[in-house]
Amino acid sequence: MRYSALKLIKEAVTGHKGWTPQWRDPEPAQAYDYVIVGGGGHGLATAYYLAKEFGAARIAVLEKGWIGGGNVGRNTTIIRSNYLLDGNEPFYEFSLKLWENLEQDFNYNAMVSQRGILNLIHSDAQRDAARRRGNAMILNGSDAELLDTEGVRAMYPFLNFNDARFPIKGGLLHRRGGTVRHDAVAWGYARGADMRGVDIIQNCEVTGFRIENGKVLGVETSRGFIGAKKVGVSVAGSSSRVMEKAGMRLPIETHVLQAFVSEGLKPFIPGVITYGAGHFYCSQSDKGGLVFGGDLDMYNSYAQRGNLPVVEDVIEGGISLIPALGRARLLRSWGGIMDMSMDGSPFIDKTHIDGLYFNGGWCYGGFKATPASGYCFAHLLKTDRPHDTATAYRLDRFMTGHMIDEKGQGAQPNLH
Amino acid sequence: MIINHPLLGPRDAQEFTYLGDATLINRPDWQSDNAAQAFHDYLYLRDNPAGEHRELWFHEQGDRSWLVVTRNTVTHEILSVEMARDVAKAAAAERSAQ
Ligand SMILES: Cc1cc2nc3c(=O)[nH]c(=O)nc-3n(C[C@H](O)[C@H](O)[C@H](O)COP(=O)(O)OP(=O)(O)OC[C@H]3O[C@@H](n4cnc5c(N)ncnc54)[C@H](O)[C@@H]3O)c2cc1C
Repeated sequence: MRYSALKLIKEAVTGHKGWTPQWRDPEPAQAYDYVIVGGGGHGLATAYYLAKEFGAARIAVLEKGWIGGGNVGRNTTIIRSNYLLDGNEPFYEFSLKLWENLEQDFNYNAMVSQRGILNLIHSDAQRDAARRRGNAMILNGSDAELLDTEGVRAMYPFLNFNDARFPIKGGLLHRRGGTVRHDAVAWGYARGADMRGVDIIQNCEVTGFRIENGKVLGVETSRGFIGAKKVGVSVAGSSSRVMEKAGMRLPIETHVLQAFVSEGLKPFIPGVITYGAGHFYCSQSDKGGLVFGGDLDMYNSYAQRGNLPVVEDVIEGGISLIPALGRARLLRSWGGIMDMSMDGSPFIDKTHIDGLYFNGGWCYGGFKATPASGYCFAHLLKTDRPHDTATAYRLDRFMTGHMIDEKGQGAQPNLH
Repeated sequence: MIINHPLLGPRDAQEFTYLGDATLINRPDWQSDNAAQAFHDYLYLRDNPAGEHRELWFHEQGDRSWLVVTRNTVTHEILSVEMARDVAKAAAAERSAQ
């Protein structure tokens, strides 16, 4: 069923009785050409683009819980194309271009809102780094503007400009960045994939791989064996656990990241603001809640919930930047488990096992990557060659010395 | 989380910084034939288990000792705490006994 304004009006006057479920709930078939493991944003987008752009048939997405229950439904919804390094920026720019046309493409309202992202600057060194990054962004077709203090003040007069330790000296503004309704991304891709014949199978946990003579034959699941010519794994925080079943050790640690939302307030913060002197970033949802977050909890965790020290740290950062935040009440906080890679950059690659492909290592920045990640993974699955914008995301890059370390932190995943 | 420091007793985890998997104590032999591969695996690959995990914590805001903490990564329960130097010495003794 295509959604349109006309359809909405028609349903409104006929008591909303004509809506049908957005995707089917099929039984798994015995075998597929492509099995995607993980029904998060990336897995669903992969299936969607495989069917839509690459004409692939017989595709299934296997999800152990319900689609959208993982990080795609837990993140703070920021999308942006403001990376520095060559291995990254063309990919994220490709992703942002896909976001810009996504709602028309999959006929679903994902509330893509290019409200702008402002990275604040508090020192001369940060200004130099921002200028350099801004230039790299522009060279790759993205947009960047360097603001001085007055430029920032005109946008956000309520920030704490005169903090003695970290005065605001300006900011790097990326106007095409913004936020998206995260659940709607999962649902939109699921519906789009389902309409093109993809089986989305929920409550189906992959428990192992059937591999013979170095070739994958299918997956063992909680609902029995499912044969597959090609298997693409896209399970975010569970990457190490799933790939271990294929005998692989990954350059990944799993960490928990928390996020927070305040009670609903009147419109207050029109865009996204990131603090340059502490770990804090904030935007305001269309319902009025201030959505914010900060650092990882720093230790390995599969718990999907964090501890109080980080809550304190995030709120401290927030109040030192936006003193008015002290008057808002916190409504909820939650956590998601992140596949933190050793250089802070992701993987979209084949494995040494024929027919087994891996997509992961997205750290806390994988939501913005969802469209390009799905597109590039579909490209790799179908053609066995990496997409032009994703050639650097190789699993062997630490052996060959081609890491993509945006922050220059080294092999310390919790610092990326 | 409360870490029961072998010398100082129960301390808030906030006093510590976290490094990662305790296998980082076992640095490979740089003179071995497969040193490049061994260092790659040592530096970049992790077991990353869901469940019991032995890991290195540094008591930065305290006595600045390194600890090996065995912790469950699913429940955050801390199961045991040892001095990292004791763990390293025991491993070295085991190696020389072989
Ligand atoms: C608090 C928080 C804030 C964030 N903020 C941002 C942000 O502002 N911007 C941004 O770009 N990114 C952000 N991220 C990161 C982003 O959410 C993730 O990188 C991204 O969602 C990961 O990809 P995914 O959507 O496919 O993951 P998920 O939605 O986690 O999908 C993985 C799926 O695999 C399933 N699975 C696991 N094991 C199995 C198995 N054995 N069999 C079958 N299925 C399995 C899981 O159930 C899950 O549904 C944030 C993350 C968190 C937690």
